[in-house]
Amino acid sequence: MNLLRVLNLHVSLGPKKVLDSIGLDVAGGEFVGLIGPNGAGKSTLLKSILGLVASSGEINLGGKPSAELTAIQRAKLAAYLPQEREIGWAISVERLVMLGRMPHKSAFAAADARDALIAEEAMKRMDVTAFRHRSALELSGGEKARVLIARAMAQQAPLLLADEPTAGLDPAHQIGLMQSFAGLVKDGSSVIASMHDLALAARWCTRLVLVHGGRIVADGTPDKVLTRDNLRRAFGVEVYLETTGEGLIVQPVAMTGENNG
Amino acid sequence: MKERYWLLLSCLALLTLVLFTLSLLTGPASLAVTDSLKALLTGQGDAIVLVMREIRLPRALLGLMIGASLGLSGAVLQGYLRNPLAEPALLGVSASASLGAVIAIYTGLSLMFPLALPLMALAGAVVAVFIVQVLAGKGASVLTIILAGVAVSSLAGAMTSLALNLSPNPFAAMEIVYWMLGSLTDRSMLHVQLAAPFILIGWVFLFSLGRSLDALTLGSDAAASMGVSIKRVQWFAILGTAASVGASTAVSGAIGFVGLIVPHLLRPLVGSQPSKLLPVSALGGASMILAADILVRVIAPGRDLKLGVLTAIVGAPFFLWLVFRTRRAGI
Repeated sequence: MNLLRVLNLHVSLGPKKVLDSIGLDVAGGEFVGLIGPNGAGKSTLLKSILGLVASSGEINLGGKPSAELTAIQRAKLAAYLPQEREIGWAISVERLVMLGRMPHKSAFAAADARDALIAEEAMKRMDVTAFRHRSALELSGGEKARVLIARAMAQQAPLLLADEPTAGLDPAHQIGLMQSFAGLVKDGSSVIASMHDLALAARWCTRLVLVHGGRIVADGTPDKVLTRDNLRRAFGVEVYLETTGEGLIVQPVAMTGENNG
Repeated sequence: MKERYWLLLSCLALLTLVLFTLSLLTGPASLAVTDSLKALLTGQGDAIVLVMREIRLPRALLGLMIGASLGLSGAVLQGYLRNPLAEPALLGVSASASLGAVIAIYTGLSLMFPLALPLMALAGAVVAVFIVQVLAGKGASVLTIILAGVAVSSLAGAMTSLALNLSPNPFAAMEIVYWMLGSLTDRSMLHVQLAAPFILIGWVFLFSLGRSLDALTLGSDAAASMGVSIKRVQWFAILGTAASVGASTAVSGAIGFVGLIVPHLLRPLVGSQPSKLLPVSALGGASMILAADILVRVIAPGRDLKLGVLTAIVGAPFFLWLVFRTRRAGI
């Protein structure tokens, strides 16, 4: 059974068509990198999967039409890391991560030992235990990102939708994050992450989906999607590509000067 | 951590209880402590029973309910709008309730039928909420709601000024001005009975939001992805505020700053978690109003110092200090 099935999805914001005839099937155990230029519709695609923007078409989560699910049922199936790293109040890192357990608790039930254990595990994975008591507002950009990812992981949904999770992370934590995602995927969950770092995407994702102008223009294994033609068309860049023992190396080297819109 | 929270909650509950009792014991009639409490509880001793049950008890009860409503709704609105400057008055509820009351005084309705004033004030609050919801529309953003609230507030303020401007006689104008200053003097059990149902319903709406407000700390999209219905939060926050603060304003007039300052002051003590702030802020608000209402009777007995005046005089400099401290902390 597919964790996610998107069929013929259309999204318009005002008169502007943002997503056009999107179709996407994601099974368990996939690490999908969503790539594409700024404004291609990656974030909107992630939001529409969660029902955060109005869309037409079909979205199935965990085998059921998303529209028929309650917000809590949906939260148990899909966790989300928004692109905007918003933290409103000076709550502690520990408490923030614990918020991820919310969909699993009834209205007035307090968090129990199991929740604490799951939150602890998520904090360890994202390497944030050292500053667990600090206020989330005092963190650096990268630390904040890791704490928010830990929060999404603590939700323990089989599908994790992450909007630019690696933005603001140093190289070590980028790799750490990719390893964590790969670990989730190995355990049968799926991750869909929008990314701008093509090299990182090439190395870690099991599948890449290239979005351009609101449509999916390529979908497949990294070596199938990251072709010179595709990247020139979507990003308007010339790339250096090489298959090495370390996998595919992608390095954008120059703008083509073509209009890529 | 948990123990500290319960300790804080117990301390505030105790403080509220002490202030409630003190409020019962404060007044122009000098009654012995034991006599007055005995009279209140057993109903023995004619004049004292009258003073205690008909004058002081309703006053203390209203102080408790109104203060808790202001503190609670301030905490909810700050959490919902993710803005430390939010307060009940921001939604236009207080200004519209005031306008309703002013119309009752202006038209003379309140002279013919005393309850017309609180009833008209409540109607004003309901109209305000309706207008804010319509203006904000479906799926309203926080900013639209704030702007709609400001618009409704300004309009209600302007209409109130118009009523003052055109008031038929100086007496009516004076009465309007005095009423707007906010006070708990000369309120009866009838006022308590009128306000209590609305206030209690409002509390139920507001208290039910704790968990959702925690999730909203991370923004509305993240909260929605955690299973929070943003629409429900919007309705409950606005309706809860309208019912509890609308009913409060209806019986006491507008009392400012409590809804703004109390959540501010207590937030650091609960680790900034919105859900934990709600009960603490309700108790804090109740304590503040009870204390202020005792002070107005002690500072100037016989001069009828208005409660709203005192809270504003103490509140505004305090708020300045808060702004200063926040700036220094760089938050």
